[in-house]
Amino acid sequence: MMTLPDLTVLRPGSVAEAVEALRANPGARVLAGGTDIVPNLKYGMYDTRHLVALRGLSSELRYVREHRSGELRLGAMCSIDELGRSELVKARIPALADACQQIAGPQLRRMGTLGGNLCLDTRCVYVNQSHFWRSALGYCLKKDGTVCHVVAGGKRCVAAASNDTAPVLLALDASVKTISPRGERTIALHEFYVADGLHNTVLAPDELLTEVRIPAAAARRRQAFAKLRMRAAIDFPALNLAVALELDGHSVKSVSLAVSALAARPALIKGLQDLHGHAADAIFAEELGRRAHKQCKPLTNIGIDPGWRRDVLPVLVRRTVLRAIG
Amino acid sequence: MSIGTRFPKSDGVAKADGSGLYADDIALPRMLHAKILRSPHAHARIRGIDLGAAEALPGVVATLVGAELPLKYGVIPWTQDETALAVEKVRHVGDAVACIAAIDERTADEALRLVKVVYEVLPAVLTPEDALEHPEIKVNERAKVGNITKHVHLQFGEVDEAVAGAAAVVRETYRYAGSTHVPIEPHCAVARIDADGNLTVWSSTQIPHYVHRELSRVLGLPQSKVRVIQPLLGGAFGGKSDPFALEFCVAKLAMKTGRPVKILYTREEVFYAHRGRHPMKMDVTLALDADGRIAAVDNKILIDGGAYASFGLVTAYYAGQLLTGPYRFGTYRFDSYRMYTNKPPCGPKRGHGSVQPRFAFEVALDEAAEKLGLDPVDARRRNFIGEFVETVNGQKITSNGFLKCLELVEKASGWKERHGKLGPGRGLGVAGSMYISGTAYPVYPNEMPQSGVLVKLDRSGRVAIYSGASDIGQGVNTLLCQIAAEELHCDPYDVTVVAADTDLTPVDLGAYSSRVTYMVGIAAREACQKLAEKLRAAGGATFAEACQRAEAAEGAPLAATGGYRTEKLGGDYRGGTIGASPAYSFTAHVAEVSVDEETGIWKVERIWAAHDCGKALNPTLVEGQIEGSVYMGAAEAQMEEMVYDEKGLLFGPSLLDYRIPTSLDTPDLDSYIVESNDPGGPYGAKEAGEGPLHPAIPAIANAIHDACGIRIRELPFYPQRVLKLLRERDARREERAAS
Repeated sequence: MMTLPDLTVLRPGSVAEAVEALRANPGARVLAGGTDIVPNLKYGMYDTRHLVALRGLSSELRYVREHRSGELRLGAMCSIDELGRSELVKARIPALADACQQIAGPQLRRMGTLGGNLCLDTRCVYVNQSHFWRSALGYCLKKDGTVCHVVAGGKRCVAAASNDTAPVLLALDASVKTISPRGERTIALHEFYVADGLHNTVLAPDELLTEVRIPAAAARRRQAFAKLRMRAAIDFPALNLAVALELDGHSVKSVSLAVSALAARPALIKGLQDLHGHAADAIFAEELGRRAHKQCKPLTNIGIDPGWRRDVLPVLVRRTVLRAIG
Repeated sequence: MSIGTRFPKSDGVAKADGSGLYADDIALPRMLHAKILRSPHAHARIRGIDLGAAEALPGVVATLVGAELPLKYGVIPWTQDETALAVEKVRHVGDAVACIAAIDERTADEALRLVKVVYEVLPAVLTPEDALEHPEIKVNERAKVGNITKHVHLQFGEVDEAVAGAAAVVRETYRYAGSTHVPIEPHCAVARIDADGNLTVWSSTQIPHYVHRELSRVLGLPQSKVRVIQPLLGGAFGGKSDPFALEFCVAKLAMKTGRPVKILYTREEVFYAHRGRHPMKMDVTLALDADGRIAAVDNKILIDGGAYASFGLVTAYYAGQLLTGPYRFGTYRFDSYRMYTNKPPCGPKRGHGSVQPRFAFEVALDEAAEKLGLDPVDARRRNFIGEFVETVNGQKITSNGFLKCLELVEKASGWKERHGKLGPGRGLGVAGSMYISGTAYPVYPNEMPQSGVLVKLDRSGRVAIYSGASDIGQGVNTLLCQIAAEELHCDPYDVTVVAADTDLTPVDLGAYSSRVTYMVGIAAREACQKLAEKLRAAGGATFAEACQRAEAAEGAPLAATGGYRTEKLGGDYRGGTIGASPAYSFTAHVAEVSVDEETGIWKVERIWAAHDCGKALNPTLVEGQIEGSVYMGAAEAQMEEMVYDEKGLLFGPSLLDYRIPTSLDTPDLDSYIVESNDPGGPYGAKEAGEGPLHPAIPAIANAIHDACGIRIRELPFYPQRVLKLLRERDARREERAAS
């Protein structure tokens, strides 16, 4: 079988110890659920010699809580499976529960964590492959090489953000709490991701994502998630999207639409303010689809026909918006 | 009575609870682990291999290069064209170049990265069209002409005249993408040399006998010094029916080091070993007369073979020879080219050679029937060839339950009430097929039985059956217990099966061409009947007592053998024996699909499959074979394809990128067993392992047509292809409306 490189696994028992382990071992990588990093390590995608395994942080970081303010707080070590089943999550942010239920399969959902999903490394059909395969290809920008096989002449990696929880949390204006040797900070999710496939978040190497915060207003918003994939389980998204709407009677008070599995950064569809006040109807849903189609250009970083994915996007947006409206 | 009962699979519990021993479960003292260095180029000459740095790595014990195993091997004696490790040239990305044995897998992996190979990259041919066009680029030197592995041209009757006089003619091109087997167990082999220099190789193979012969020849050891054992197998589907590089490498490295050696392929390496279904381009002409009878079939077939022959000679024949039932053809011609290309070699996958032409033919038949306004089920019924008849190409059909199959799926699916009436986006499609129960043609010509069985009785009442056949999940070991119980009147749980061990068991040629149940069944029945005679004469209150009395009467331990002797079958022309089988199975499917016309996303909702297996020796196993086959066919229709880039690099050689359907993507399956009681088969049985796959794909294509009026002629039926056809349909409709 494929072998893992020689690694030292550090097992901190607290958040403080974990941050210290990251600081003391430059280049160390975090292992939360391990569902993505383990195959990537076997593929030789990381040169790291140290893994910081977070299982010992479960008592600190595995919770679903409602704050006095009405804000929902999710510990980063919550498993994807438990978020998908949580009554509180289902009641307050059903789109997140839906997204969690559509990740991978039952075994992987039990191992995978919320923090791990939000920090999931970007993926590309040209890089998530064995060392042998990448050597035959001639390597690429993301690892060991200098060229991009997706965008001819491209100088910036466009490996795809493939986390299913990100679009929902983006559309609902969530933020994340982090901790590093320099202290804690809270980052709005729309500022958390950057358009760089090599490292698509603003997290510093010694910084740990500890919590996700979803504003109280999220519970009042109509919301829906959709995922395009070739199979009904296992697959990473070929496209995913989430819509969140605040309605005032039959009219739209606010709307946000996030689309991902495009390039390195999950996209928030821009310029929707002029639709505020629009009737929440089929025409509105169609218009959102049209705008998403205009702004989103799927690439060959995912091995499913980008032209078709773009064709399907407006249909998917329209149906998802109508589902959110109810 | 044990035949026909739902006796539980003899290895079922061991597979489910993890106690079964597969090749990779074998761990021997001082065992080494070896890894194979593979070519990053599709076609290159090897100018030098520098193993110095690898050999210097602590933990590396031995290395191996192609020059140490220069003899060519291959499953078909006429087309032996591969070596365990490349000797001068590499012929596809992933071709084996060198092998390193070390104390563990990680050390072997690290050592591979230290090997320096100097390649002179050569131009590569990646499509069969290119292979025809560029004979000067020689993929494989065995090809006598250009890059042709095999060309077959056969004609039966005046095809062109029949086409000219036909009432409806369809001329279309159909394309079948390549797919692979995806057994859940990757290939694995372990070798050991004992103190007397005897070599034992445990291998996840479905052809221990051929592996035995080829190991002996390539390693230069007498056959009597080589023993091949097939442990419990985790799926094969034709993907383990060639000798593979790893078997030669572990054997040679064990000989070099005196230590046991194991190789377990990674999933990626299984993709490079391949031997999966050949991509085919089929230019089909199908002509019906005014009564809807098949007047002519003409098929030009271009087959993409990959870098080595494997079973390709047979593929070129099967692609034409196995199409001539369950319908009567007035005239028939096929012309097939199996081409070498610089890609992993194709070979036999469940339904070898005939799944692709069956797809093309059954869709073309639907298209032709539509021209005449015939119902697709009626079109098939009126072309039924009958029982105990000869096909246009000289194959003898014995029992034939096809009409019954057709009737069952027609009724179960509510065809008459629902076909053409399900409204937009939902439809039904039908297809039929035929397949062989083994072949009259042994892979190497010989007069010995194709299959042998030895049965031994113990005075304890225990029965031991020694059988060379490979249980690859089809359940032959279970059937042997049932046959013993049937004939000897013993408890099937009191039967031990010793199988697939070339030192201990009589020869069986292997689990391919759906030959095992038919041939081993006959051999086992014969052996058991000989013993039953003696037990009857001996009498006794219990089975054990009968064994004791019979042994006393015999004055020696009781044992008997049985064999399946090859019949002379087939047409009297070159190639006439290929595809000639002692009995043919028949299948009919109806598929129901739903199509989302806005996205092209479609779903198989349900498949009704009826299969004539002659006699279900164990209905549970037959149903398992039908369901597994239908799943595999539907999978190929939905999503499976080996996709290569412009340099011959296989996209995504993993189970994440090469997708097979999950349980959620699998339709509801209704399987129906039809028993035509074949006069030649054991207890009337015929094959059930491969035939039931064939109609799934064309039935789905025909259902998509019923659902939305498009004809999809290229696999897989990706949603983007469906959406494109839907848009073309809409454009045609608009044009028509405008004019």
